[in-house]
Amino acid sequence: MEPGNIVEFVGVQKTYDGRTVVIENLSLSVRQGEFLTLLGGSGSGKTTTLMMLAGFETPTRGHILVKGKPIEHLPPHRRGIGVVFQNYALFPHMTVAQNLAYPLRMRKRSREEIQSKVGKAIEMVRLEGMQNRRPSELSGGQQQRVALARALVFEPDLVLMDEPLGALDKTLREHMQYEIKQIHRELGVTMVYVTHDQSEALAMSDRIAIFERGAVAQIASPQELYEQPASVFVAGFIGENNILSGRSEGTDDSGRGRVLLDCGRTVRMRSADGFAEAGRPLKIAVRPEHLVVGSAARDRLNQCEGKIADTTYLGDHLRALVDIGGGQTMVVRKPLLDFARPPVIGEKILIGWNEGDGRVFA
Amino acid sequence: MTLTDRDGTETRAIRHAWDRAGKRRRATSLLLVAPLLVYVLLAFMLPIGMMLYKAVENVELLKAVPQTAAALSRWTPQDQGELPPDAVFTTFLQEVSAAPRNLVGEAARRLNYEVSGYRTLLTSTIRKLRTLPDGLAEEGAARRFLADIDKRWEEPGYWHAMKRASPAYTPYYMLAAVDLAVDDTGRIVQAPEEQRTYIDILLRTLKTAAVVTAACVLLGYPLANLMVVAPRPFSIALIIAVMLPFWTSLLARTSAWIVLLQREGLVNSLLGSLGLIREPLELIFNTTGLYIVMIHMMLPFMVLPLYSTMKGIPSHFMKASASLGAHPVRGFLNVYLPMTLPGVGAGVLLTFIVTAGYYITPSLVASARDQMIGYFIAFFANTTINWGMASALGIILLVCTVVVYFLAARTVGVRQLAGLK
Repeated sequence: MEPGNIVEFVGVQKTYDGRTVVIENLSLSVRQGEFLTLLGGSGSGKTTTLMMLAGFETPTRGHILVKGKPIEHLPPHRRGIGVVFQNYALFPHMTVAQNLAYPLRMRKRSREEIQSKVGKAIEMVRLEGMQNRRPSELSGGQQQRVALARALVFEPDLVLMDEPLGALDKTLREHMQYEIKQIHRELGVTMVYVTHDQSEALAMSDRIAIFERGAVAQIASPQELYEQPASVFVAGFIGENNILSGRSEGTDDSGRGRVLLDCGRTVRMRSADGFAEAGRPLKIAVRPEHLVVGSAARDRLNQCEGKIADTTYLGDHLRALVDIGGGQTMVVRKPLLDFARPPVIGEKILIGWNEGDGRVFA
Repeated sequence: MTLTDRDGTETRAIRHAWDRAGKRRRATSLLLVAPLLVYVLLAFMLPIGMMLYKAVENVELLKAVPQTAAALSRWTPQDQGELPPDAVFTTFLQEVSAAPRNLVGEAARRLNYEVSGYRTLLTSTIRKLRTLPDGLAEEGAARRFLADIDKRWEEPGYWHAMKRASPAYTPYYMLAAVDLAVDDTGRIVQAPEEQRTYIDILLRTLKTAAVVTAACVLLGYPLANLMVVAPRPFSIALIIAVMLPFWTSLLARTSAWIVLLQREGLVNSLLGSLGLIREPLELIFNTTGLYIVMIHMMLPFMVLPLYSTMKGIPSHFMKASASLGAHPVRGFLNVYLPMTLPGVGAGVLLTFIVTAGYYITPSLVASARDQMIGYFIAFFANTTINWGMASALGIILLVCTVVVYFLAARTVGVRQLAGLK
């Protein structure tokens, strides 16, 4: 086990029915004190991974180490890991204070200690005056805070959260993201967070592990994931991306890779990897915000002509879908002012980008 | 805009419109349930009301000898050795000789409840009353004439009893149902020792219901839980196993138990052939049999509310409890059990009330000493045609039921019991 890691999954496999494998040979480490997000679509295995760590599922193969010790046979109540559940799981027959006191009562703490810790926890999530309310008398955001406080009140080293903000509306969700982040910073506790919402993952995490069909496709910081996705899947999953397929045409004099796109146009990319073998199928990814349109496109290395297929006005920017031929479309995202005049469907448009703006995947 | 922003008339207009809309809606829904209301009123409330009224109704003497009854009501004896005034004897003699036989018969039966032997006294007197002598208006003539027929007519006790049976309403049945009676001086006293049975019957009924309910909780709780957590095909089989007896005729199930549990029944012969017992066990027509069969009858009443409560408790509560450091046993006691209490309350209420009023099964599988209040209600209603006693015992049972309901509502809450919350 590497120093600085609090959790390690070593070759973990999980199957529920002995036929379909939900988690395939997972190796993943969580660093002490970090905010790690497990991000993926439904059925990608992110929640199963979290549940195995919490102890509600057992791996069919492999080991899970917490602070260097295997815990896969330790029952959940002896793991000392805080868990925030998707629908909070606040005990409806207990008041807020009783809910918060529960983990401390189970640990047979003294009455005074329970009282002071519960008081502090209530202060931390700013629910003063709500001690004697039942969960049913709280709003969704308040329930969420109680659930968070309850998972933290017994001072675990590790807190797991399973889509904790899924039930809240957008404004409240963004506010809670900020609050959770702040608590994480203040307490220095390690948090493992599961979500399917990539913008939430980008906003909150130190690192994100992207799950694809039971395996980790890439684990990196949000910036690295966005700017240097390791695969087409990651490139398409995080943020919007234009993924175009084509074939390698080798490299040009200055060592730039040449790609013949399916639309018939050849573009050049900075990377030379994977271009040696001419004719090999490749995929390139270009972010919509890296594209320029109209006269600005003329001085870009790569240019594509297309027809506007659709436009969506989004206030601060305009999103245009451009048909570049060969069954390929590209999305352009620009402030309305960047277009010479408001784009009209069916109109011709020139798109351009530089060789460094795209990524190539073999 | 809120109502306070508007001026008074506008506010009132809005209120009126709202009221009118509400009225129309209420009228429509009332119209839809009207047939049900009429049915419940005619087929349920009215008969029950009439039945309960029978517990205090006292018209037998008023119908047979109205003027005597009225005169006796006016009579205020100073002590229990006092006879009514002569005029009462005269009126009684004249009325009773002229009254229709069936009315006198009913009056005789009513009087017999007060003093046993009254019926024979009255009927034998009537038989000898073919012709009334002249000069009954003379001082003491009527009394002497009656005393000639039967000496007992000069015993004040019989007249005090008749006075007690005279008013239009009587506390007699209600008092008798709790082993009390009114004595000749008008005080409420304990009934004679040989007649004190109903308190025992009531206590026995409550005890049987309590034992059956407790057994159903202990057996039903794990069963309901298993139905919830078991894998699907198994849980469906369990639900059917619980429901099937529920759908089968009560009599068929009771008879089946008799076949199983009797001296030469399946259970005894099985135990005998295994060499576990030498003598057949007495498993039926006694308290053991009553409990065995009643618990089986009542189990669905307990399991179904429990099942529906447990079904509504998502598994994440127990997971949360474990993640917070609670051993499964402590989690069960602190989280799961309190959350299932409404189901337990509903099941206990249902089981207790139904058991306390059960009639057919106990009357078939229990001994005479195990019979519950329902048996005696049926006995008075069907065998002795004593509607007053049947109604009074019915009221006692109803009161017990209401008390149990309020106890349950106080501890668990009405909304929880009804599964509303």
